[in-house]
Amino acid sequence: MSLKGLFRPEFWNADKKSAGPYKSLFDYQRIWRLCFVILVVVSLVPLFILAFIDFNVTRVAIKSENMLRGARTTSNTRRAVAYFLEERKSALQLIVELDDFRSFQRKERLGEMLSALKNSFGGFIDLGIIDENGKQLAYVGPYNLEGKEYKGQAWFKQAADQGTYISDVFLGYRDSPHLVIAVKHYTDKDHYKIFRATLDTTKFNGILSSLDLSEGADAFLVNTAGIIQTPSKWNGDVFSKISFALPEKSFRTKVKKIQLKKELSAIVGYAYIEGTPFIIMVVKPEAELMGAWQRSRDTLTWISSISVAVILLVMWAVASYMVDRIYIADMTRSKLLQQMEHHNRMASIGRLAAGVAHEINNPLAIINEKAGLLKDLFTFSNTYNADKRVLGLVDSVIGSVERCGRITKRLLGFSRQDDVELRPVLPKKVVDTVLSFLNKEAEYRSIDVSVDVQSGIFEIVTDRGKLEQVLLNLISNAFQAMKDGGILQIVVVKGGKGRLDFSVKDDGCGIPAADLKKIFEPFYSTKKQTGGTGLGLSITYGLVQDLGGSMTVKSEVGEGTEFSFSLPVSPKHKGES
Amino acid sequence: MKILLVDDELELVSALAERLSFRGFEADWVISGAEAMDKILEKDYVLAILDVKMPRMSGLELRKRLEHLRPGLKYIFLSGHGSEDDYRVGAAKADSYLVKPVKIEDLVEQINMALGN
Repeated sequence: MSLKGLFRPEFWNADKKSAGPYKSLFDYQRIWRLCFVILVVVSLVPLFILAFIDFNVTRVAIKSENMLRGARTTSNTRRAVAYFLEERKSALQLIVELDDFRSFQRKERLGEMLSALKNSFGGFIDLGIIDENGKQLAYVGPYNLEGKEYKGQAWFKQAADQGTYISDVFLGYRDSPHLVIAVKHYTDKDHYKIFRATLDTTKFNGILSSLDLSEGADAFLVNTAGIIQTPSKWNGDVFSKISFALPEKSFRTKVKKIQLKKELSAIVGYAYIEGTPFIIMVVKPEAELMGAWQRSRDTLTWISSISVAVILLVMWAVASYMVDRIYIADMTRSKLLQQMEHHNRMASIGRLAAGVAHEINNPLAIINEKAGLLKDLFTFSNTYNADKRVLGLVDSVIGSVERCGRITKRLLGFSRQDDVELRPVLPKKVVDTVLSFLNKEAEYRSIDVSVDVQSGIFEIVTDRGKLEQVLLNLISNAFQAMKDGGILQIVVVKGGKGRLDFSVKDDGCGIPAADLKKIFEPFYSTKKQTGGTGLGLSITYGLVQDLGGSMTVKSEVGEGTEFSFSLPVSPKHKGES
Repeated sequence: MKILLVDDELELVSALAERLSFRGFEADWVISGAEAMDKILEKDYVLAILDVKMPRMSGLELRKRLEHLRPGLKYIFLSGHGSEDDYRVGAAKADSYLVKPVKIEDLVEQINMALGN
């Protein structure tokens, strides 16, 4: 079947009405539709279910992976920030533990310490010592802050109460962002001093800016009032308030979905850093988080689409192929039924004819004899004078009886046609018999028929009827292919191994090479529109095979066609062939 | 030249016998196989003309019986059917085989041939 045949099969144009009351049985388009729908449903439903499951599984997986990654980043950053502050606080505590705290009043010693801190940690701006009354006793740094009173300030109170203090980032009157770390140290049982260091935020910011974040992600610190403490990419400037409400307090890392704006929801990883006023926040727009999922969804979508298209195409072709096979099988069956019906009818007619002929034959014979006797009486007996007129009448009766007899004999012969009988026949005689049927047509169309039977060919043992039919089919086929005035050659020659080669050669239109392979197939016809059944040559082929022969064909378009077949001279040779 | 005609059709066989007698043959007729077997012993017939299909005893069967009664008798079969079987048997075993209705000239010719005239 050709590709075109798969997508536009033959049954498409089948005539539904011809099936009469059974047209629903023979509605091939309906069968095709049913077939196609079932095939498509059966193959597409699992595909869709799998695609849907994969779609959801991927989404959930990507979402949870994103959450986890956000949580990890947040948690790491939280530890880094906490460690940064803890480190500096510990350094201050170490200094006050090691050193005689009173010596801090000596500014040189304090200066040495500041430069040591600057060298080892970096980021320290100044150092100061404040007594329990809140007065700054000593100070080293770029500002002149000695003697400044801190009593009553919140930080001083907290440092005095809790022993340590870490401020949030603020501008103060220095007008540059900084933060303060203070530790309390008891000089004796009741008295204490507070050691206070100021840090710039460069290093502090560095922790966050060095994070390896994706493009849209933003990591920054806010204080407990929601004021942004370190530079943020897109959540606002330092010291501005964040646009969303602070999440509930938690020292453990948490991930939350927050609606930033109307159409911008984000995943926020956050953690309150213990002992500090800072909250670490890692904000990622959800759209970006789900970008990976969208890519995978797109892949899934186009793979599914292609699969659906391929399935539809293949199912279309499969349905077409199958229904076309059914159609061809039905057509074959219906043709065979017609053929059988015809055959049966012919056999019935044959039997009827034989019966009638037989019944008529006896009275006919009696009429014959009686009329003959009558004639004899006139001829031989003197009792009745030979009356020419009466004799004429009797002759006429006898003549008519003879005519009837010829008819009944022919009818009796007709009924014998089914009998298969191998018997010696003369090829020349068979060819002549067949040609006698077609002579009239040949004459009308002035077709020149030449018969060439090789000398020395006598009898061939075969079925005369079948051989006649083979030749009749081939010759009448040739006549159809020929133009008026053509030449038909029938040749019978001796072949090898006790065979006879017959050939029927015309100078007609010829058969294209593409059709040549198929001409012996049943129902292959190029004359279907004009009532050809496509059975003639296939029957002929079958008949030749029945006779133990084989048939071949040679043809050239425009030049003519030659059908040849060889038959065994006697059935004994059949086994060898 | 004594000839015996056997055919179940009385009208046919009687007319045929009479016609043959006009042509110089001494022809008797009967209308069944049983009668034929009686009749055959009465005279020295040289030829029997038998109808192939007859009720009770067919021409072929009759021929077998007559062969016992009178060996060397010649036979001509007449058939109203002309079927393949009849032809095969008739052509093989009889001297001649004719399909009804028969032209009297053909029959006379066959008789002469059978009798070797």
